[in-house]
Amino acid sequence: MLKDITIGQFFPAKSVLHRMDPRMKLLLTLGFICMVFVPKTWAGLALIVVFLAMCVAFSGLPARLIFKSIKPILPLILFTSVINMFYTGSGTLLWSWKFLHIYTGGLSNAAFIALRILCLIAGSSLLTYTTPPTALTDALERLLSPLKVFHFKVHELAMMMTIALRFIPTLVEETDKIMSAQKARGADLESGGLLRRVKAMLPILIPLFVSAFRRAYELATAMECRCYHGGDGRTRMKELHLHCRDFLAVGVCLVYLTALIVLNIFLPHAI
Amino acid sequence: MEIIKANAVKFEYAYPDEAPRVVLHGVDLGIEKGSFVALLGHNGSGKSTLAKHFNAILLPTGGTVLVDGMDTADEAHLYDVRRTVGMVLQNPDNQMVSSIVEEDVAFGPENLGVPPQEICRRVEDALRAVDMYAYRDSAPHKLSGGQKQRIAIAGILAMQPEVLVLDEPTAMLDPVGRREVLETVHRLNRERGMTVILITHYMEEAVGADRVVVIDDGSVRMDGTPREIFSQVEELRALQLDVPQPTALAFALRKAGYPLPRDILTEAECADAIAALLQKGVSA
Repeated sequence: MLKDITIGQFFPAKSVLHRMDPRMKLLLTLGFICMVFVPKTWAGLALIVVFLAMCVAFSGLPARLIFKSIKPILPLILFTSVINMFYTGSGTLLWSWKFLHIYTGGLSNAAFIALRILCLIAGSSLLTYTTPPTALTDALERLLSPLKVFHFKVHELAMMMTIALRFIPTLVEETDKIMSAQKARGADLESGGLLRRVKAMLPILIPLFVSAFRRAYELATAMECRCYHGGDGRTRMKELHLHCRDFLAVGVCLVYLTALIVLNIFLPHAI
Repeated sequence: MEIIKANAVKFEYAYPDEAPRVVLHGVDLGIEKGSFVALLGHNGSGKSTLAKHFNAILLPTGGTVLVDGMDTADEAHLYDVRRTVGMVLQNPDNQMVSSIVEEDVAFGPENLGVPPQEICRRVEDALRAVDMYAYRDSAPHKLSGGQKQRIAIAGILAMQPEVLVLDEPTAMLDPVGRREVLETVHRLNRERGMTVILITHYMEEAVGADRVVVIDDGSVRMDGTPREIFSQVEELRALQLDVPQPTALAFALRKAGYPLPRDILTEAECADAIAALLQKGVSA
């Protein structure tokens, strides 16, 4: 059961979005997250949805994958929109009970916010779907490299993330083995209340930690054997280059942003 | 020419309130360039500790280790020493840094500051040398033990070392993985003239070496060709070591009175010798 865990959510393919420079993708995703908060009208939000649909089309990924990424946070979206529903007092009164009132404005506001969060999640999951985790850490290292001026350990941070990603499957497999071993000795991991189950996890966590430390020690030796000495004087096999498509993507995003701002100025606010 | 020269190497672990634990008692050992040396010894004999001196992971507390003329204790040569003597450890899982095979192999040359295009060339060459080029984009955790260990070897090869030290590289592998790794190492020695130091406690793996060095209690006890070493069955057993099965069989038969040669190493030799005896109709 533990083996089913996927690391990151990378979905290999050869689309334009996959081939884009990971640095640019990371930056544009951040830009997109801000962009989602720009529109104040339904027309603006519709533009965002169209933009998102375009990105999904370019990614060559099946749309159901995007819906899958939304599923786990549906309760959260429902919660926020329901709360919002009661807090807007514009429009006509539809329903009222003691201190709770629902206006048409509230309903429309709730739907607006729900759609906004949906776009947010779908957009950012597109990043992890089209970029392998290693490329993401790589991009992060390069994007943060100006912080080196302030003695921020950028390379070390990226190295830790790379190693963590590398060891997740190894440690998951190990957890599986330890669980089986403890079950074979009669450990009861599944029954009892919360406290009992937490206590039952101890005989799994302790060996796992001991083993993780032993692995870390060996890994450190292996890295020393391969002349690791931090980020100074280190080169990289894969260099990142910006291509036409990266600049084109920036251009498209800028056009959209301008369109959104223009819409905000010229259309009366619907909400 | 000797690429590694250990002169009276002593190593001890110092403890604050106890007497130091001496692991190596003055080891003298020279490793010829291009040779295939097997280091044998039971657990705790000090063979791994000695190996860790060859690339300055450990520094001797007495005596010196020279690698290609460089003293390993000299900080200025640290990375030259480690690049010259590459070391592969026991557990392949704990030696891999990246979740992509290709990037893991590139780790060594990246640390050495090799230019990107040269790294690509070396990675390809190293992966082809261990016959794993087809797996360059795979994730290490999806490979078998033998494949992972070959990737670990490729990671060292990409640094273009002169000596390959393997510290019990097959201890965690199944028989198929063991054969894969050993074949790879032998091929590197044969085709590329790579100096190989194989630390093992599988006697069968030592049979294929040019030279066998037996370590016990932190010093060299025996040193010679596999034939010379394994013919001394009783001496080896006194050092808590076994002999290859064909040698053991021949030894047992000789003890029972059948005149078999002392220096049998392989199954084929053993079978031939027994067949020859049967034809002559010798009985004990």
